[in-house]
Amino acid sequence: MTMLPERAPGARKMGLVIDLDTCVGCHACAVNCKEWNTGGEAGILPDYDKYGANPDGVWFNRIHSYETESPERSRTVNFPRSCLHCENPLCVTVCPTGASFKRAEDGIVLINTDICIGCKLCSWACPYGAREFDEDNGVMRKCTLCIDRIYNEALPEAEREPACVSTCPAKARHFGDLADPDSPVAKLVEERGGVDLLAELGYRPTNKYLPPRQAQLPTGPEESPARPSQGVGAALLRLLDKALSR
Amino acid sequence: MSVKSVAHTTCYMCACRCGIKVHLEDGRLRYIEGNRDHPINRGVLCAKGSAGIMTALSPARLSTPLKRTGPRGSGAFEAISWEEALRLLTERLTAIRASDPNRLALYTGRDQSQSLTGHFARMFGTINFAAHGGFCSVNMAAAGLYSLGGAFWEFGEPDWEHARLFLLFGVAEDHDSNPIKLGLARLKARGAKIVSFNPVRTGYSAIADEFIAVTPGTDGLLVLALIHCLLEAGQIDTEFLVRYTNAHHLVIDVPGSAEHGLIARDAEGRALAFDRTAGTLVAAESLDIDPALMGRFTLPDGRAARPAFALLAERYSEASYAPEAVAARCGVDAAIIRRLAAQIAEAAFRHPVVLEQPWTDTAGRRHERMVGRPVAMHAMRGISAHSNGFHSCRAIHVLQMLIGAVDTPGSWRYKSPYPKPIPGGGPPGRTVGPPGTPLDAAPLGFPLGPQDLLVDEEGEALRLDRAFSWEAPLAIHGLMHMAIARAFEAGAQKIDTLLLFMSNMAWNSAMNPGETTRMLCATDAHGEYRIPFVVVADAFASETVAYADLVLPDTTYLERYDCISLLDRPIGSAHGPADAIRVPVLDPGRDVRPFQDVLIELAGRLGLADFTAARGGPLYASYADYIVRHQRRPGIGPLAGFRGADGTAVGRGEPNPEQLRRYVENGGFWSQHLPPQQLYYKFANRDYLAGAQQMGFIGSAEPIVLQLYLEPLQRLRLAAEGHGARVPPQRLRARIARYCDPLPIWYLPLEQAMSERSRYPLHAITQRPMAMYHSWGSQNAWLRQILPENRLYLHRELAAELGIEDEDWVWVESRTGRVKARARTMSGVNRHTVWTWNAIGKRAGAWGLKHDAPEFTRGFLLNHVISEFLPGNGADAPQSNSDPVTGQAAWFDLTVRLERCSPDSPDETAPRPDANPLHITPRSEKPT
Repeated sequence: MTMLPERAPGARKMGLVIDLDTCVGCHACAVNCKEWNTGGEAGILPDYDKYGANPDGVWFNRIHSYETESPERSRTVNFPRSCLHCENPLCVTVCPTGASFKRAEDGIVLINTDICIGCKLCSWACPYGAREFDEDNGVMRKCTLCIDRIYNEALPEAEREPACVSTCPAKARHFGDLADPDSPVAKLVEERGGVDLLAELGYRPTNKYLPPRQAQLPTGPEESPARPSQGVGAALLRLLDKALSR
Repeated sequence: MSVKSVAHTTCYMCACRCGIKVHLEDGRLRYIEGNRDHPINRGVLCAKGSAGIMTALSPARLSTPLKRTGPRGSGAFEAISWEEALRLLTERLTAIRASDPNRLALYTGRDQSQSLTGHFARMFGTINFAAHGGFCSVNMAAAGLYSLGGAFWEFGEPDWEHARLFLLFGVAEDHDSNPIKLGLARLKARGAKIVSFNPVRTGYSAIADEFIAVTPGTDGLLVLALIHCLLEAGQIDTEFLVRYTNAHHLVIDVPGSAEHGLIARDAEGRALAFDRTAGTLVAAESLDIDPALMGRFTLPDGRAARPAFALLAERYSEASYAPEAVAARCGVDAAIIRRLAAQIAEAAFRHPVVLEQPWTDTAGRRHERMVGRPVAMHAMRGISAHSNGFHSCRAIHVLQMLIGAVDTPGSWRYKSPYPKPIPGGGPPGRTVGPPGTPLDAAPLGFPLGPQDLLVDEEGEALRLDRAFSWEAPLAIHGLMHMAIARAFEAGAQKIDTLLLFMSNMAWNSAMNPGETTRMLCATDAHGEYRIPFVVVADAFASETVAYADLVLPDTTYLERYDCISLLDRPIGSAHGPADAIRVPVLDPGRDVRPFQDVLIELAGRLGLADFTAARGGPLYASYADYIVRHQRRPGIGPLAGFRGADGTAVGRGEPNPEQLRRYVENGGFWSQHLPPQQLYYKFANRDYLAGAQQMGFIGSAEPIVLQLYLEPLQRLRLAAEGHGARVPPQRLRARIARYCDPLPIWYLPLEQAMSERSRYPLHAITQRPMAMYHSWGSQNAWLRQILPENRLYLHRELAAELGIEDEDWVWVESRTGRVKARARTMSGVNRHTVWTWNAIGKRAGAWGLKHDAPEFTRGFLLNHVISEFLPGNGADAPQSNSDPVTGQAAWFDLTVRLERCSPDSPDETAPRPDANPLHITPRSEKPT
């Protein structure tokens, strides 16, 4: 059992806002995440059977594309899935060693792999499937919100954001402080009706998803009735009657 | 303490040419990210680009030159030295060049150095050169360059900043990748409407506001129906037409005569128009006239002539183009087509984009503002990969012209260095003089009529792949997909050496891998290979390598110099010209060389002009040396930036020995922003055209007249009617007469018209997985975790009808064969179309994968059921399965039927050709 920290007044809640209206499902975020983290402070994200029958490995972020059906519309949704850095993270409270913890200052949920015993209780407690087991090292792994980027003063300021946000070609991923109602991410959530994933479970995720927008429906005039046409029409002839100037 | 560094170079995981920052730690790759300053990707990077590390570490990398020791295709090779490889090739090519240089066929794949490879072919003296465009996008390139002097994808882009309505035709997750994604995000942020015409709803189509599940091969017809509606409603930008297109040019109307359908011209060769104010014929280019767009006029010699627009308006006003007439065929309700037409008209004419930016036209007239039509269009594979793709793409361009949506604010824009005169460049190069003489021009060019075709006295093709012949007159990219089949057919008399670079011609780039590998291994009556000598240059052990006699191992993109040149396919945008370089970031640590270095050395050893020093021997030490010092014309070289002795000249200037260093300092690229008065109307923008001429992009600053009516096609058609000295062979006359229509036509794709539709009622196409867009080097330890095997997707209703459920194995059968695939059902697909991801299936033994990799066992290629030939028709040799105008490979014309496999069918795909991994005898162990 690991305790959650007391949240200090004014503490930040760093997280992601992911726009399902523009995500094209390209996997750029997932691969760039793996690339940044496997060579960085997070330690190697293992790959199993790299060139064999069952290629698999640890990813902090995975993309799912699926269809939703409703009487009005069928649509394809691309859904990136990673740790939501919940305010009520049962993955932390179930941890028997304190390896899984939530930071008081910014709300980021992390794993101290030095004391992780690989019992997997946390992955059972996470309803989002955000934790992945590192079979090579017998420890649990997950998204760190790129803490080695966002506070890294060796990087230019513009680059101090998670790798998935930096690389997203469709600009569907946004990073910021969701505790600050004036932050651009909080405003996006407000404007676009950002939602909590599986809100009913009470984990209170920090990351928000912006739902696909109502399609830009036709703005054109009323549908014109079908009519047979013969030869060049009167409307065109009227247009062509007008004087032109080259 | 580790040593960290960052290098700026250009990605080559796909064709986008994004700028990347490569982070190294102790000389090893740490991280690759997008370059925020780069004009193409502005800091973002796709999945493939981010997986570049695993490509650089691929176990499939070749490590030494190889010479075949076993039978072709067996995979048995011995390692040889570069000196031996180059000596072998030099001897062979010297002999060819002395007898008949055309017996060298050089085909390069997704090569980004065609200005070099094409120049090598020209200097060698072979007409048999092409790159991969013939099986990729030549329909787009030819339709665009002949119509607009630019084209979708390579030479143009939507006006992401101002478009209100964006029409995306036949683009899945491809061409191009990051720029389209960045653009879609910008459109979304502004609330612009996105309409995607595509049989399959994935990727870009998934986030479109409206998804139109068009039937494959009918997009052109749908567009002509939109044109019908706009004509009917009188929603046409007539002012744009008469100012910037040939809509008012008079077309001779004397059926049966040798000049019927040609533009009427005055004694100075100027096109004629009829001025309604003066009531007289005038030069169409005259200013301040009121040109007639309808009517019938009498030329001074008494012949009748009609404005090109009149022919167009009459044709598409016909009831056969009404939405109600095309709806069933296109799979799109007539009401939807009418609504889309109304939306196009509304966006174009009720919401014009007005920029308070004065500009001056080529007549010197100042315009106070730039007014545009905010309807942007983009099209690619789904239009291109059909045998009616040239005309379908032309139809889109005609639609653009009719509403004034070409390079006006909010519409489609040229990327610098385009527009170019229509068509750009001269005719294709020819053999002139004795063997060893360079061609008189670059091997790929732009025919304007029968006189420019490469045909013999009987009218038969001179080129191996029959490009620029009556079988494919505007084949401006060649027909790489036919090279092996035609070399096999012709035998050793026609081709001795086939040199392939960076293209997997024995597998996923072959229209049919089984047939292609059979032809590569076929022998004649004497037991000699019908294709005598095959050379493959590649960085990886692809399926094709096993079929080489000589293998030239290339480097990866992180181990070489390259240039993304304005002479080839640059990275310019609508905002101005740009080019870029690649620099070696890693030491290969293998006995490999960049193919371009090898080609330059080979050219020097062969003594080719432009590549040989005055005292003999190679003129250039390397490709990097060539990039800096080569001048195509005085002052114009591969890179436009930092020219001149002090590095301050752009476009034109003497070579600068420090040029590459300056590029490195600038982040690996050079770009120039056009001033605001030059950003639109480039075809008639005086300042833009003058600047482009100064930079060497165009020969003259004359206005570029957009070609609503395509006269060069009519010249070919007249020849088919028997006019002129050069006429098509009898068997091709009806074909030329039908398909060389100067106005867009729609016809059933050739294969579909010739095959049994009742037996093969379904369309079968591929889409490009975003994480693996472009298949080269697609084996990658990270990417294969995302998509290790592919499924065959079909509509739920179709599946129910056929009794097929998710994960069932099904036979996909075409007229030429069958392939076994695992099914997956979905809703977002045209009801009569099945599809899969492109190039996932691989051949056992290739790519350094283990024998039980899912890419071999369950991954499959649709290529197994495609043919490079149309159904045969008796006496006549079968035609290639290609667009009859451009020779574009018609991959998407495929029709199939599905049949559920029996439940006891093994859990694996078929056919599965035998594994042929490379068995390499090391140099040291070579028996003496």
